[in-house]
Amino acid sequence: MSKIWSFHGGIHPPENKQQSLQRPLEALPLPSRLVLPLQQHIGAPASPLVKVGDRVLKGQPIAEPTGFVSAYLHAPTSGTVVDLVDHSVPHPSGMTAPCVVIEPDGEERWIELQGVDDYRSLEKHELAERIRHAGIAGMGGAGFPTEIKLHLSDDHIINTLIINGVECEPYITADDMLMRERADEIIGGIEIAAHLLTPTHVLMGIEDNKPEAARAMTEAARRSRIDIEVVVVPTKYPSGGERQLVKLLTGVEVPSGKIPADIGIVVQNVGTLAAVYNAVHFGKPLISRITTITGEAASRPGNREVLIGTPISDLLAHAGVDPNRLTRLVMGGPMMGYALGNANVPLIKTSNCIIAGAADEFPPAPPAQNCIRCGACEQVCPAELLPQQLHWFAKGREYDKALNFNLLDCIECGACSYVCPSNIPLVQYYRHAKGEIRREQAEQRKAEQARIRFEARNERLEREKTEKEARRKARAEAAAKAQAAKKDDAVTSAPKADPEAALKAAKTAAAVARTKLKKAEKALQIARDSGESDLAALEAEVSAQQQKVAASEAALKAAESTAPAKTPDIKELKLAAATARTKVTKTEKALADAEAKALPSAEKLRSSLATLRSKADAAQHALAAAEQSARPAAPAEATAAATADLKQLKSNAAILRTKLKKARKAIEAGDSSAELAQQVTELEPQLASAEQALAAAQAQQPPHTGPDLKALKSAVAIARTKVKKAQKALDEAGDNDDLRAELAQLQQQAAAADAALEAAQQATESP
Amino acid sequence: MALMRLSSPHVHRPGKTGDVMKQVIAAALPGLATLVWYFGWGPLINAVFAVTLALLFEAVILKLRRRPLGFYLGDFSAALTGLLLALALPPYLPWWTTTVGVFVAIVIAKQLYGGLGQNPFNPAMIGYALLLISFPVEMTRWAGPQEVTGAQLSFVDALAVIFAGQGLPDAVTMATPLETFKHKGALTADELWAQSAQLLAGLHAWQAVNLAFLLGGIYLLLRRIITWHIPGALLFTLFMVSGFFYGADPSNHGSPLFHLSTGAIMLGAFFIATDPVTAATSNKGKLVFGASIGLLIYIIRTWGNYPDAVAFSVLLMNLAAPFLDYYTRPRTYGHKQPQKGIKR
Ligand code: SF4
Ligand code: SF4
Repeated sequence: MSKIWSFHGGIHPPENKQQSLQRPLEALPLPSRLVLPLQQHIGAPASPLVKVGDRVLKGQPIAEPTGFVSAYLHAPTSGTVVDLVDHSVPHPSGMTAPCVVIEPDGEERWIELQGVDDYRSLEKHELAERIRHAGIAGMGGAGFPTEIKLHLSDDHIINTLIINGVECEPYITADDMLMRERADEIIGGIEIAAHLLTPTHVLMGIEDNKPEAARAMTEAARRSRIDIEVVVVPTKYPSGGERQLVKLLTGVEVPSGKIPADIGIVVQNVGTLAAVYNAVHFGKPLISRITTITGEAASRPGNREVLIGTPISDLLAHAGVDPNRLTRLVMGGPMMGYALGNANVPLIKTSNCIIAGAADEFPPAPPAQNCIRCGACEQVCPAELLPQQLHWFAKGREYDKALNFNLLDCIECGACSYVCPSNIPLVQYYRHAKGEIRREQAEQRKAEQARIRFEARNERLEREKTEKEARRKARAEAAAKAQAAKKDDAVTSAPKADPEAALKAAKTAAAVARTKLKKAEKALQIARDSGESDLAALEAEVSAQQQKVAASEAALKAAESTAPAKTPDIKELKLAAATARTKVTKTEKALADAEAKALPSAEKLRSSLATLRSKADAAQHALAAAEQSARPAAPAEATAAATADLKQLKSNAAILRTKLKKARKAIEAGDSSAELAQQVTELEPQLASAEQALAAAQAQQPPHTGPDLKALKSAVAIARTKVKKAQKALDEAGDNDDLRAELAQLQQQAAAADAALEAAQQATESP
Repeated sequence: MALMRLSSPHVHRPGKTGDVMKQVIAAALPGLATLVWYFGWGPLINAVFAVTLALLFEAVILKLRRRPLGFYLGDFSAALTGLLLALALPPYLPWWTTTVGVFVAIVIAKQLYGGLGQNPFNPAMIGYALLLISFPVEMTRWAGPQEVTGAQLSFVDALAVIFAGQGLPDAVTMATPLETFKHKGALTADELWAQSAQLLAGLHAWQAVNLAFLLGGIYLLLRRIITWHIPGALLFTLFMVSGFFYGADPSNHGSPLFHLSTGAIMLGAFFIATDPVTAATSNKGKLVFGASIGLLIYIIRTWGNYPDAVAFSVLLMNLAAPFLDYYTRPRTYGHKQPQKGIKR
């Protein structure tokens, strides 16, 4: 017998378990309708595989998981799908949710089941997949998809498997009954779980108020081929809480905000393991469970084997519940269960107990008095919180203080409310406060995202504006210069006074021609696509424009050769290269799409892709060349720009990465709205492309700006020596006008070189 | 079928705040009986009068605050405050003094702060301390035990002394042992008690009273209405400190037994310092709280101006209780260490 530790606090409410243990386990007759909520588990709701009118067989999957944390759903019997509607579901708020409604045909025809005889021969992931396909979600109450807990990633090494047979809540005896009746199935499930997790210890906790169950389990465990230790723990609420049970059996605490798997422990409920056994050995999906029906209003309390989706009203009728006596209908136990507003909700995978309470059994809560700080709540809190302080903070909406007092470690066990002599509904305060805190945090996150988006947008607008402005200026200047050049040409055919201006003008002309060509091409394209008639004219226009472009480009080349070697506009080139690249990717995408759909346009796209690729390459080359040539002249500027670009790319990638991570984490933590899943799928390709861009940029970026600096430095040194030499010459030659002029020039050059060096240094210093 | 939609938990342990208060009142009755046994009708008249006044003041204020009378008077907290104050007062205090004390306790120290649970200071002790400072003469005129003084006041006489302003006949008055000890002058402790049988008999009367309150306190402990931390730490500290000084200089210092069995020490340790509203809440905090009160009691008794010090010590520590609570928080499950203080 291994050692039992203890946890702080706890209470001993009246057990009221005997009532439901008087009769043997019974099966409920087939209901006339089954209502199956698509979400009976933690995580994303399943998406239906059937439509209204479909005939389904018993055990046939009717909904599939929509994400990592989600679960299959199966038809509990054969029949017809008669509806896919929002129906009220078991939830504290009494809300409605999408459900599949099945009308049984009474034939109970199974689909073909496929069990495995030797699950050890299966790959672990195959085995996990089988469990996943059986739609098993934690049956102790939380409903976490089971295969996730049984097939953990490699960063979780499990040393202890704990089986929860504690069932500490008053009234509930479903697990007790299961352990008495089906101990071997549970052991079978434990063996499978142990095979998957390879723990060194397998411990099973059972409270000492269930001696019969403990006996049955101990005997069954003896027959098992693995070492299962059945530990009888003292009866105390809430020993069955996951964290409390971990402490009880192992002496370690699950760190705040972590899950047991983080410390190498997995806790599984007995019902879940029995379901796992049936899923693996017989291929049976989870379509029924044992539910306790009890309470003073029930004349035939007991445990029933019910099909998932059975309306609670059927169960009540079977248990002989007197509607006139029934005043409170609780799903779950009296400590943590929630009161239902009506009996028109179905039983789901996690429904372990229904209490049909009468007025004298569950009298309305007396009005709350003031807290007298008696500390009774603190003495019983299993999380070792200060419930009275939390109550003050929750009441006063001082949520940051409540957080500081570890409100989030409250497991909502209700022990504090149970003992409070002032009848303060403490747990209600905590739930509300937690809800508010979550809401606030969500809002903060949203605001933060909105801020980032807004800033990015502002930045983009600003950039676009300055670029536009620069283009406009350039155009205006070019026009003016072209005018002047024309005049010059007219006046004299002497060599161009200002080759630079001419170059610019030529460039503009070429650009204009190109745009015009593009426009024409586009028009042609549109016309082609829409089957316009005037194709010939448009084609002519295009070819004319093409000629013009060629001409203007030739002129540009000429101008470039005449113009002194001048820094090509790197920014522009970069832009061009980037545009070309995007075009390529876009076309690629379109092509892929077209190919996938086998569209006729694929061929055309392919050819245009080729041209675009070559264009992009050309642009890239031009850019590289320009950068090469620009480096000696204005390396500082270029590198600074490149660094800035790189930075931008990096931050983009980083933002995307964090977003993705957050979304993933949220999903892991159990938030599994479809929205999040969507977000993840959207983010992933975005991130990939951002990272690619970043890699490309990094490749383009000179590995280090060192060499440039060196070149600049040597240039400075050379200029200085030249100056010195000239000075010397001047000194020696005495007064000489020529020499003096030369010296002045050299000095200027040296100063310029100095300035360039400094700028470059600054740029490299702040990467 | 009207189903109730209430939040969990759906079951509740029987027992209400009113029951807690009633049990505390019950536990104080042996002490009251012993006081009556030794000092005559005075303490009983005081108690009944103070409890009535307390309920009356509470009712008036509740009326003014438009609160349901029955619900709030039913928590018995006002009655308990009145009783505890009365138990601490001299047995034949003039009625108007008692009235002022109860008024201050209930109206000012409790209701003006927002009622039960909101008051930072122990109301009964606020009332007591105010009277002690304002009316030192009345507040230190104690009756001697009847067997010692030999003068017995009939019930009517007692009423007359309290309500008709007759004043306590000199034959009846007698200083409390604590006061006697304080003014013992050059005598050693042993010489003082050897001086007269009367003094010794007086001492024994007080020891009996404290024993009665100790029994009541043990009852509260057994019923789990209070925990052992505050009274345990208080008495232990007082025992250790007085023992230290007694050991060093037995002729000038009272023995630990003397300190633990005179004055309002047991009443204070089990009934007053344990008032949950104004004490520290965590177990660690309670230990510090109780120990500090014990230490303060010794300091004030020995070097202060007042013969007894329960009221002042408790009030001083009431002041420190929120601070203690912030710095003695338990370690929450799953956390490496307890948080200290409070961050904003
Ligand atoms: S049990 Fe109730 S009255 Fe007592 S301290 Fe806790 S909240 Fe206050
Ligand atoms: S509900 Fe929360 S605060 Fe109350 S006892 Fe349980 S864990 Fe502690």
